Amino acid sequence: MTAAPQNTKAGAEKIAVTVSAVVPLNDLVTRFEFTRPDGAAFPPFSAGAHTVVEMRDQGRTRLNPYSLMSDPSDPSIYAISVRRDDQGRGGSLFMHRNVKVGDAMTLTYPVNLFSLDLRGRKHVFLAGGIGITPFMAMIAQLEQSNGNWELHYACRSEALGTYADQLRSHYPNKVHVYFDDQNQAIGLEDLLDGQPLGTHVYVCGPKGMIDWVHTTAAEHGWPSENVHSEEFLAPQPGKPFEVRLCKSDITIQVGEHESLLEAMERCGVDAPFLCRGGACGQCETDVVEADGEFVHRDHWLDDDDHACGKKIMPCVSRFVGKTLVLDR
Amino acid sequence: MTIQFNKETFRDDYSFRNSDWAIKRFPFPFHEDSYMYSVNMEQHRGGPPGSVYEKRFDVDEHYLAEMEDRAIVLAEDPLRCQSLPHMTLAGWDTLELIMTCKSEDYPDLFELHRDGKRWRWVNKPMGIDHSFTFLDETTLPCGPLEYITRQTQGDFAVLDQRDEMLWMDAGTVTTQADWSLDFDIGMNFFEWHAPVPMAHELGIFKRALKFLLNVQQGAPARRLNWTMTVNPLLDTSPENYHKWGIQKTTLTPENIGAKQHLRVELQTFFRLPRSNALLFPIRCYLIAFQDIVSVPKWGRRLHRVVRDLPDELATYKGFIANRPMMLDYLGQYDDGRPTSPGIWPDLETEPPLDMGR
Ligand code: HEM
Ligand code: FES
Repeated sequence: MTAAPQNTKAGAEKIAVTVSAVVPLNDLVTRFEFTRPDGAAFPPFSAGAHTVVEMRDQGRTRLNPYSLMSDPSDPSIYAISVRRDDQGRGGSLFMHRNVKVGDAMTLTYPVNLFSLDLRGRKHVFLAGGIGITPFMAMIAQLEQSNGNWELHYACRSEALGTYADQLRSHYPNKVHVYFDDQNQAIGLEDLLDGQPLGTHVYVCGPKGMIDWVHTTAAEHGWPSENVHSEEFLAPQPGKPFEVRLCKSDITIQVGEHESLLEAMERCGVDAPFLCRGGACGQCETDVVEADGEFVHRDHWLDDDDHACGKKIMPCVSRFVGKTLVLDR
Repeated sequence: MTIQFNKETFRDDYSFRNSDWAIKRFPFPFHEDSYMYSVNMEQHRGGPPGSVYEKRFDVDEHYLAEMEDRAIVLAEDPLRCQSLPHMTLAGWDTLELIMTCKSEDYPDLFELHRDGKRWRWVNKPMGIDHSFTFLDETTLPCGPLEYITRQTQGDFAVLDQRDEMLWMDAGTVTTQADWSLDFDIGMNFFEWHAPVPMAHELGIFKRALKFLLNVQQGAPARRLNWTMTVNPLLDTSPENYHKWGIQKTTLTPENIGAKQHLRVELQTFFRLPRSNALLFPIRCYLIAFQDIVSVPKWGRRLHRVVRDLPDELATYKGFIANRPMMLDYLGQYDDGRPTSPGIWPDLETEPPLDMGR
């Protein structure tokens, strides 16, 4: 059926916002708070959701996902915390250097790829560094509903322990902080062994930490459904390559410092996406022809898909070789 | 327009009728002269004014009668509404979504006044004016899902989303086409779809699930499904099969035009913001064969679809035994002329029936 004209848009619905506060938290991390220019309430969101922030950086559009870390029960603001990455692709630097109170920006509606399992009798949060942000919202949500939770938070040093003091003083019995520079580490094995039945574990942090938690939990007999993780991959630079997009009938060049998805967008192709981090599946694209090697970096396709070379996730994956033709 | 609500029944004397208005806006489900299962999803963002696709939750002339029928079913069988303990938040999400949409889309019928967590809900057609505290169950007469779905047409399945899968963990189901919430509760997307023929082999459910897992807040989707029902029965549940199954044998060439109904479900999909669950409203529209054939294009097309439908589907949909009689009846309204593409009645442009061959 077609009951209405369909204008399928790439990405989630958008929200116009005004930057209402810029709060430096330490040397690396700054919190950005947003309100709506018309004073309206924000759409409610569930803890663990992220928003994609649209940045206008000198004629170039950057789209970076950040976890919403404000209290989900407060519809008056959305907040994110951004870690400055001096080696990164520039999005976090743009946020730190260019974004000021009063600026007009655009966010997407919340998208949740890291939600609480509401059946959980207990929720154990494992955060590494800036991975603390989704847990800020989860903690607020569980506090509202008298949920049972505890947090284990590893940071580099006291000086870089974003929100560590605040969390410890609010919830002294539930929050455990570990500082790398004091040789403190999460005692994961004991922690996992001591949990009651029906506990869910959530991890957000560097890739090494996520893998460590999944592996250790599996070794200790935890069902995989009880272990949740979120990792946003940032697209990695790589050698430039050429792609033919057969539906759009154009050939485009993907530069060293842009993703295939970004290159398509730059050339005016309305390609679908949600997370831009290899996790949601929305950007999945069929390969029509390929002569070369894929550099698959997503979490979405399975190993078979990766091996057979019939699909690619343009938000994070690349290609090295002679010819690549995509059905887009 | 203001809606005149019908006084009518979906049981016993079956006084249910569609007005001319309801016939013209009926969601005829066939966009071409044949039918096969497909991943027929599209965005749910309005439609032509007056159509059933225009509003997020369509309210029509059957509203009050359908709500009375639901109350009867729930009184006889409370298990038609269930919510596993972790789904209460999704129930509040559902209540918030429906109250917000209805008060915005039908301001003359519904009002929602919010003062922080103190909410006042006015449902004028049903004579309800109720103040309660959002997220506080003790201020409602029943759970939030039951409360709002007793005031909203259509069945509701509420799906929890975990581990890249949907789970039927709550719902209100009193107008269903032969499936049971009590049986399906706790099942996953592939488990509850297990009885459907052919679609698994076509890969439809795998693709449909992928689509649904990615339905986003603020961007609802919809699709149509259909089956056949003898007598305008809303409650064709397995629980009551002994009551309605036998009615299929009462069809005669004389009464088929009035008794045989095409049953169309407008299914919509909404991401729920606080729980991240998926809401699946299944709105049932019934139309008698004699009313369908009053639209020449629909009469022609329905005949061809029923005639050419694979046996597996006619069996699953429960009308294989009556198909010959249906074809005898519908054949009178098919003059073999081509039909225009699309679902709309096209009354002005499609030629009248010409059987004088
Ligand atoms: C999460 C939302 C959905 C729910 C809760 C749901 C539920 C159901 C149920 C309970 C049945 C009856 C099965 C039985 O015989 O017991 C059914 C049938 C079916 N479903 Fe779904 N469904 C959903 C989404 C979809 C989607 C997105 C598709 C897309 C193709 C689909 C395709 C079908 C088909 C083709 C049938 C057979 C219907 C017929 O021939 O009458 N369903 N569904
Ligand atoms: S946009 Fe989510 S996987 Fe590519």
